[in-house]
Formats: sequence, C-alpha cells, structure tokens
Amino acid sequence: MPILEVKSISKSYRQAGGNTTAAIGSISCQVEPGEFVSFVGPSGCGKTTLLMTIAGLLAPSAGSVLVNSKEISSPPPDLVLLFQEYNKSLFAWRTVLGNVRFGLEARGDRSSNASSKARSLIDLVGLKGFENHFPWELSGGMQQRVAIARALAYEPKVLLMDEPFGSLDALTRLELEDAVLRLWAELKTTIVFITHDIEEAIYLSDRILVLSRRPSEIIEEMPVDFPRPRNQVSTRAEARFMEIRNTIYRQISSPAD
Amino acid sequence: MRAQKLAGLLFLLALMAAWELTARAELINPLIVPRLSRILGVFWDLVSSGQIPMQILVSMKRAASGYLLAAAVFIPLGILMGLSERIHRALEVIVEMLRPLPPPVMIPVALLFFGLEDEMKIFVIFFSCAWPMLLNTIDGVRNLDWVLLNTARTFRLSRAGTIWRIILPAASPQIMTGLRVSLPIMLILVVISEMVGSTDGIGYFILDAQRRFRVAQMYAGMLALAILGYALNQLFNLLHRRLLPWHWGMMTRRDEG
Amino acid sequence: MGGAKTFNWAGWSSLILLLLAWELGARSTAALQVYLPPISEVIGASGQLFIAGQLGDHALVTLERFFAGYLIASGIGVSVGIGLGYFRSLHNLVGIVIEFLRPMPSVAIIPVAILMLGIGDSMIVAVTVYATVWPILINTIDGVRHIDSTLVDTGRTFGLSRWRILWQIILPGASPYIVTGLRIALAIALILVTTAEMVAGSKGLGFFILDEERSMNSSNMYAGVVIVAALGYALNRLFLALESRVMRWRHGMVARETA
Repeated sequence: MPILEVKSISKSYRQAGGNTTAAIGSISCQVEPGEFVSFVGPSGCGKTTLLMTIAGLLAPSAGSVLVNSKEISSPPPDLVLLFQEYNKSLFAWRTVLGNVRFGLEARGDRSSNASSKARSLIDLVGLKGFENHFPWELSGGMQQRVAIARALAYEPKVLLMDEPFGSLDALTRLELEDAVLRLWAELKTTIVFITHDIEEAIYLSDRILVLSRRPSEIIEEMPVDFPRPRNQVSTRAEARFMEIRNTIYRQISSPAD
Repeated sequence: MRAQKLAGLLFLLALMAAWELTARAELINPLIVPRLSRILGVFWDLVSSGQIPMQILVSMKRAASGYLLAAAVFIPLGILMGLSERIHRALEVIVEMLRPLPPPVMIPVALLFFGLEDEMKIFVIFFSCAWPMLLNTIDGVRNLDWVLLNTARTFRLSRAGTIWRIILPAASPQIMTGLRVSLPIMLILVVISEMVGSTDGIGYFILDAQRRFRVAQMYAGMLALAILGYALNQLFNLLHRRLLPWHWGMMTRRDEG
Repeated sequence: MGGAKTFNWAGWSSLILLLLAWELGARSTAALQVYLPPISEVIGASGQLFIAGQLGDHALVTLERFFAGYLIASGIGVSVGIGLGYFRSLHNLVGIVIEFLRPMPSVAIIPVAILMLGIGDSMIVAVTVYATVWPILINTIDGVRHIDSTLVDTGRTFGLSRWRILWQIILPGASPYIVTGLRIALAIALILVTTAEMVAGSKGLGFFILDEERSMNSSNMYAGVVIVAALGYALNRLFLALESRVMRWRHGMVARETA
C-alpha cells in the first residue's frame, strides 16, 4: 500500500509577458512506506516545484497527489517539507530548543514532557549542548540539523527534503548524510529526497528517480540495493556504485530530447 | 582600538580647551559664545536647583504621551494593513497624501484646536511619529520571506496561529525599527512645539533664554537636551536587548564584522 | 507584489469619502467651522491667495531657502563624509565629537542661530544646513566604510591613482547609502525651513501658516498646509525621478536579488 502516490502531475507557470513556462511535464510515481527515494536532475528542472506540489504547498496544473490514498489539496497531516533555505525557515526568535519544540507544538503536543522529547531529538541530531543558542549563532550545518530535528519532532510519516545539503561544504555534507541515514533507520520514516549530487543520491537511497530537463519527466528509475547500513568508504568503493553513477550522469547530461 | 578611542577623546578635550581659551581671550563675542566653564557652571546650577530637570519632565510627559499613543494606534493599524491587502489598498492613498506633510506644519493646526495646552504638543507628536511606526510595521509584516510562511503551512498552522506565532515575531525587528526611528522625531517635535506654542518645557526654556539674552542658560539647555537624547537612546537599546535578545545579538555581531 | 498595478479604486474612494465627510461635517456644525472649515472654502481661499500672489511668494521664499540649505548641506555632507569614511584615522579623531553632537535635536540650534545671525534668510539657511548635514554625513561615512576592500584592491591592481579610485570606485560604490542619506535629508530640510520660519520669520510658508492661525483665518491656514504638503510630495517625486536615472544599475540588481 503506497504511502505516497503521484499521478500524472504537471505544472506550468504563466509569466509576466503572457508566456507559459512548463516546469513539470508529467510525473507519476509511487513511494512505499519506509522507503528512501531520491529525485535527481539537472538544476532548474523543477525539482523544488515537484516537492512543493507533493507537499501540498503548490497546486498542480494537472494530475493529483495522494497521501495515504487520500487526494490532497493543501498540506496534508503526517507529511512535512524541509526547505532548501533552512536559514530562512528557522525561527530566529526561538532558541534551538524552541524551534524543535515548535514541531511538537504543531503536532498538538503541549504537554510537560514536550521539552524532554525535544531535548532527546536535539541530542539525536548531534546538537546536545546547544539547546539555548539562537539560530544565528550556529553554523550552516548546525542550522540544518535544527531544521531536521524540528521536522522530526512533528513525527511525520513522510519527510520531504529539498536539497538540504546543497549549500554546505563537502565534509559537512558527508556528516549529515550519515546523520540522516541513522535517523531514518531509527525512526523508520519515509523519505523523499531531492539533490543534484548524484553520488549523494546513490549513497542514501533505496531507489532513484532521474528527472529530465524542463519540462521534467522521469526518464529513468534505478533501484539501489547496496547493503545497509551504508558506509562512506566501503559503499562508495563498490564497483556498482560508479556504474550507477555513470549511467545516471549520462542520462542527465545528454542534450535535451 | 583603545589608542584610537583615546585620540578621539583627546581631540574632544582639545576642542573644549580651545573653546575656553578663545572665549577667555574674547576672540569671539562673549555675549554670543560665552566661556565653556561658565556654561558648565550655569548648567550645574540649573540642574542642582531642579530647574532643568523639571522642564525636562514637563517635556517628557508630553513627548511620552504622544509617542505611546501613536504606538498604540499605528502599530496595530500597521499590522492590520500588513496582513490584509484590502485594508492596505483602502488606506494607501490617504496615507500617501498625509506622508509628505512636514510635521511642524501641523503645529498651527494643533494650536487652532488645542491652544497652548499639553494636548497640542501631544497631538503634534502623535501625528509625527505615526508614519515611521506605521510604515515600518506594514513593511515588517508584509515582507516576510515566503520560506517562513511556507514553513508555517507545511506544519499546518492555522491562520491565527501563523499570525500570532510566526508573522508577528518575525516582523518584530522591523516594528522595533519604527519605534526607534520615531524616538528622535518625538524629541524634535516636542522641542519645536514648545518653541512655537508653549510657556514651559525644555524647548521653551532654550528659546526664552535666548530672548532674554541669558546666553549661558541657553547653551545649558542645549546641553541638557543632548544628554536627554543620549539617555533616551541608551534606554531604547536596553529595551531592545530585553525584548528582542535574539535580534540584538544578530545586530551587534554584524557591526563588529 | 503580484500582478500589474491596477488603479486603486478602494484607496481613492476612501479618500473621497473622507473629504466628503469633512465637507459635510464642517458645513453642518457652525461651531466647527472656525477650526475645520469646509474644503470648498479652503480651496476657494487657496485660489484667492494664489491669484493675489501671496501663496506663490511665500512658497518661493521657502523653496529658495530649502534648496540653498539642502544643496550646501549635500556638498558638505558628502565631501566630509567621504573623507571621514575613507581615512580611518580622521574618523577616529572626530568620531567622539560627532557622537556627542548627534543626540541633540538639531532644532535646538535655532536660538543660537538667531543670536548669531538674527532673523532672516541667513539664519534659516544656516539651521537648515546644520540639521540636514547629519543624515547625509552619517550615511556617507557608512557607505564608504562598507565598501568591500576587494573593490578597492581591484582598482589598485589595475594601477588606478588614489583620486581615480575615489571617483570611479568609492563614490559609485557608496552611492546607495549616500542616496539614502540624501532622501532622509530632503524631509529634514523641509522640516527645518518651515520650523525656522515659524519660530522667527517674516516670510515663507511656515510663517504664513502660523500667522494665519494667529489671525484665526483657518481657511488660509489650511490652504498653506496643503501647499506645503504638495511641495513635499513634489520634491519627493523629483528626487525619485532623479534617483532612478542615476541609480539605474542598482535598481536592476536589487530587482534580480529579490526575484
């Protein structure tokens, strides 16, 4: 029973001059509960638009999105989107603890042990000791962890992540990749991940959906069955890793058909 | 850093010494620019006798009334106009018509309605502080990043919840800016309105001293005004730090860069 | 802000409703008419005053003083500001003096100015210059200090002389800040001119408005107020028009950043 179904979604925008830009051509896919699925595609192919549509923040021009078999027209419960610009998404006026507590409050949990739940989440993302810091005091990687903790506090069944590590330096990225995998293994959430980094997608996912240029469509679907838990050294050293990477790379960088 | 501050201090002291010496040597008309020592002496007398503090109190009572009244009216109005495009459009033209009015020009109008009473000054200050408070509040509420608003949506906050827990806190720095900018305006207008239509207050005190050729008193009054301005600034900073500690931290860190 | 700018029916209707309320309210209550004459009377009075040349004369006087004060202050403010912004040592020297003078409301200088210059044009222009210099100075210093050293180094690596760096890099680089200062100064100059005219003048719109109030000619007074508002509005538009031409590069850049 798929937890998420995308049925022939397309999205066009009307420009100021009267022209229409088609961001998404036609996309259909299904995601099973507990899966880690990544969308990979060239920049500008409408990945963010796709994720915002799945999240219920944008209405598609055609097609529908079903979460738990119910068609959505606004942000559904049990689903949360993690934004690319985490620094604009975090609440500057709340501390780290306050931000994470917000996830609980949004769920309706204002109980007295909400604080301790928040603290354990903060610990889980590796930010123990920073509970009373404000976001501006933290580095980019740390801010992203706060955003992740806040999203997890909401206990979503589906977590959508929009290029969460795109603006971080390479080493921090690797750290956070492993952090996300740990969280995913522990909490068994379904994750839909967007990235332009092919190797990151392969490292993290069970399945990769390759998107074309605008108007985007799924041009390839690749299962990734390396054993878990994944490892930055051994998994990436596997011969198949490079094969998959090269296949996808060729798909993405070939001229628009 | 310290050495440079010292240089500045020494320069100031040098200027003060130069003032004293040129005044003693009667190089400038002592009736127009008396000795600094005499001014400071008169200042001290007027402060210790309570004369200057009393005039300042009179002025500040008027100023504070106008300022707080303006805040009580125009910040909520600004929030309303920021949230509701309809209300904003409806009032936009009237606001744009009234904005270019230099506030002192309202003094004769206020004189007509209120005579020389306190209400005249309160009204003038109320009118002058309106625009920075209103416009900054509208700006703060309207120009929030869409990522922040979409974050509220992905966490499925209600409209009221979004306004109360996200929009208002996020707009508070800008609202604070409006309050901050209005402070010197308040001070300027209380002085002007007292010069044009009053029988007491620090503004009247200074002008009256000039008319009676009590020149040292006049300068003493100006010194008192400068100290008042400085004190109000510091008070406001304190308030800023207390109310918006997170924003204060961000601001002060940036300046050190 | 979404969509093309449609005509603001709601906004103009509210204004017209307000004016109508004013007109009818003023007409119905005789007691109110002294304080708030009907607009029709105000318009009538304006017309008369214009024809008699009175309003025009006063407005001209105010404008002359305004431009004199504003332009002199701009010259001083920008040049001194660049100097202080560029030469750190100078700024450190003078910085504390500036911090001492800033908190004092500039209008408090009016009595001193009267003492030194009497009442008349030179006093009014002088106080206007004093008050107007501050925002221009502060913003210019800010703008010059905020210039990325990379920009200056770029000039130097191309072998530009100090003078050319100033003219071709620093001035344009600081111009957004300078323009902000100049815009704030616009309002301040108008405020100071009208204030000085009210406190100790015999001509000018500030004096006119106060004088008419004292003679209880409220229609004339309001006429004066409207003219000052119109002047303020016109000066603002003029400034914006000039600014958009000179600062075209910035407008495009900002538009792209906010897209």
